[in-house]
Amino acid sequence: MMEQLPWLILLLPLVSAATILFVARRVPNISALLSTGSALVTFVMSILFLGFGDDAVVPAYPWLWLGGTLEKGLVLEIGLQIDQLSRGMMFVVTTVGFLVHVFSLGYMRTDDGKARYFAGLSLFMFSMTGIVLANNFAMMFVFWELVGLSSYLLIGHWFQKDSAADAAKKAFITNRVGDFGFLIGILLVWAISQTVNFDRMETFFAGNPEVGSGLLAFAVICVFCGAVGKSAQLPLHVWLPDAMEGPTPVSALIHAATMVAAGVYMLARVAFLVEASELAAHVIAWVGGITALVAALMALQQDDIKRVLAYSTLSQLGYMVMAVGLLAAEAAMFHLFTHAFFKALLFLGSGSVIYACHHEQDIWKMGGLRKKMPLTFITFSIATLSLMALPWVTAGFYSKEAILAAAWHESAPLFVIAGFTAMLTAFYMTRLVLVTFFGKARTEHAAHAKESPPVMTLPLILLAIPSVIAGLPFFYERVQATAPEHHGEGSMLVLAASVITLIAGAGISFWLYKGASEDPLRIKLLARKFYIDEIYQGIIRVFQDGVATLLSIFDRYIIDGLIAQLPAYATASIGSILRRLQVGNLQGYAFLFALGVILLIWITLFNT
Amino acid sequence: MLTLGHYLIASGLLFSVGFIGVLLRRNVIIIFMCLELMLSAANLSLVAFSRYNQTAGLPDYNGDVLVFFIITVAAAEVAVGLAIIVALFRSRQITDVTAMNSMKN
Amino acid sequence: MTALFYFFAFVMLAGGLGVVLTRSPVTSAFSMVVSFLGLAALFIMLHAYLIGTLQILVYAGAIMVLFLFIIMLLDLKAEEDRKISLFTVIGGALLVSVFASQIIKVVKALPAAAEAMPELSASASEDVKNTGLLMFTDYVFPLQIIGVLLLVATVGVIVLSKKELK
Repeated sequence: MMEQLPWLILLLPLVSAATILFVARRVPNISALLSTGSALVTFVMSILFLGFGDDAVVPAYPWLWLGGTLEKGLVLEIGLQIDQLSRGMMFVVTTVGFLVHVFSLGYMRTDDGKARYFAGLSLFMFSMTGIVLANNFAMMFVFWELVGLSSYLLIGHWFQKDSAADAAKKAFITNRVGDFGFLIGILLVWAISQTVNFDRMETFFAGNPEVGSGLLAFAVICVFCGAVGKSAQLPLHVWLPDAMEGPTPVSALIHAATMVAAGVYMLARVAFLVEASELAAHVIAWVGGITALVAALMALQQDDIKRVLAYSTLSQLGYMVMAVGLLAAEAAMFHLFTHAFFKALLFLGSGSVIYACHHEQDIWKMGGLRKKMPLTFITFSIATLSLMALPWVTAGFYSKEAILAAAWHESAPLFVIAGFTAMLTAFYMTRLVLVTFFGKARTEHAAHAKESPPVMTLPLILLAIPSVIAGLPFFYERVQATAPEHHGEGSMLVLAASVITLIAGAGISFWLYKGASEDPLRIKLLARKFYIDEIYQGIIRVFQDGVATLLSIFDRYIIDGLIAQLPAYATASIGSILRRLQVGNLQGYAFLFALGVILLIWITLFNT
Repeated sequence: MLTLGHYLIASGLLFSVGFIGVLLRRNVIIIFMCLELMLSAANLSLVAFSRYNQTAGLPDYNGDVLVFFIITVAAAEVAVGLAIIVALFRSRQITDVTAMNSMKN
Repeated sequence: MTALFYFFAFVMLAGGLGVVLTRSPVTSAFSMVVSFLGLAALFIMLHAYLIGTLQILVYAGAIMVLFLFIIMLLDLKAEEDRKISLFTVIGGALLVSVFASQIIKVVKALPAAAEAMPELSASASEDVKNTGLLMFTDYVFPLQIIGVLLLVATVGVIVLSKKELK
């Protein structure tokens, strides 16, 4: 029974999704409870799962034998990876997942598509669990696509709105670009190591450190492309802010805590590949660093509460990717672990605010919510402080400092970038809290806002706890999160840098936005996100028009002319000749048939 | 001494006789009979093969089973074929294959 | 034995030629029966008693009757005007003789064709039992399919012979 537990964790959400889809769809409340129940059970099971040892044997099922053996050849199996990485990640996914389910009970209470929404959530939990537990690249890729699908369904939940439908499409297509690279990367890694299984791959690269360095670097960068798409790194980051069109709990679960972290998780899973290729590691580190910086800059001038958080997520993901590139995958996973809690809390808190303000998302139309929504305000502030990495008392501090320390040891320019980003983070988060919760209410909705019901505030409180204590060993060791071995012992300079940036960022922001009723800063370049979306639009338009013209010429002259008309002509003329063979006489056919048989016998038997 | 070759050549000759009939006769019923001759010729060679390919003092009965199936299918084929001929005769009053040319042009 | 073989082979081939060469369809049908009787005798010489018996029962019994029945039903006369062109006769005969010579050549070249008939053990006389065992064990699935085929053929014949198809 026990060795089947991980399979149960994997399959239960699928059962729930299927049940809702095929049976309970007509009864939204039952669907919601079903889905939440399955989330609760998987949460409990994943706590039991923490008790598994690394040597726990879980049955694996061979799926496709495409030649060769398990050690050397293309054999795809459905198997589960049981190690600290997957156990810790499962805890994060199921904890946040369960709380988001509970929050959704309140947030989506009156939604028409409630059953569909919860089916989507269950499908997502299934796919995400698959990514976490997959023991080989092929299986991971399948679930990788499945999270993409469930993300698509949930972003487009309110598909009646054009913007939501467009955002869903954008997310899916942008991810496809990255996944294309990912697939090529998987095939290349397989070509080098002859296996897609992570353990065997690791053994192989440990035994052959010199193998195909140039090709390997390319392969790793291709694999990284998958993470670029899924974790929304530059230049494929454009989908994540738009994905905020989905319901806010979805943003919390998928686009903050779990799915976007899947890219980082995947890189941590194959950290041995990154270590094997110095060039690829550099590329990864710099992409992460630049994303962290650029996303933080963009976040400065956003007015939509969820978009600020979205760019903040991008920036923090950039941190994690940078850490992987700096060969500090433990630090990346540690930051993923703490970030999942406080970022989910931030999103759920913003959901609570949005809910209270009748689906108003512009922070300049809020204000003064501090007194009206005390619980939301307190928990939101805790998460904000954790994100700003307030020293010693918040979880974010420990994990961010681990990354800063890694950057300090490996690369000075990246350390400067990371430090500057930390300052920007403090700046925009202070701005967000000041504008949203302090000052006077600037609209009617904000003036009449009320605290959300307990079903929504309870998850906030529950998430606030790990947002504070997740960085402390007694907590993270118990839930087996991956953490660097000697964190908190970084040099004084790293500590000083993080404190100074925090004070500087928060101070400037406080001075600028205290009591402001409109934005004193107007930096169009940042507000328009460096015009990246517009540039992509332009490139796509020029490219598309060019390709379309070319294809039209090709179609008209080559396809129509050469490929369609020529064979038609040839067929007609050959047909008119061959028609003479159709004598229309039964015995004529028999005669020809006999002639053919005799010729065949002669050719095969006598003509040697 | 009777060899396998004797039977095979007898079978081949019977097949050829049937073949000539199919090629030269115009009455569709005769053609049909000739087809039966050809099928039976094939049966003869199958039985001969099975008889000469013996294991442990027994013929290879797989050939016999196959012949049994062929006879069964031939019976079904005759029934259906004759029914078609009757239907054809009923609508066109012909049994001559050279007159069956309504699909030509 | 050899003399018997030549006799029955001659009967068989003569019957076959009778089918091809006679004008009257009724004569053709009877020639076919003669041919099949010779063939059945050859089967029995090959110790295939079951097949030999079946050959007589099915062909000489059932199929021949069917042919005669149809011939009489359609009231077919002998072909009066056999204006078969010389070209067709020569072409057909040439083609078939080439074919027959090919067969003979192949058989001559076959080493196994020169083998004498092997001796059989006593249990080979239980031909029906041996064939039946094989048919109802290894070949039971094909046997079922053949049964279905016969059913389908029966239905098809009934549909075809109805006067008007609705």
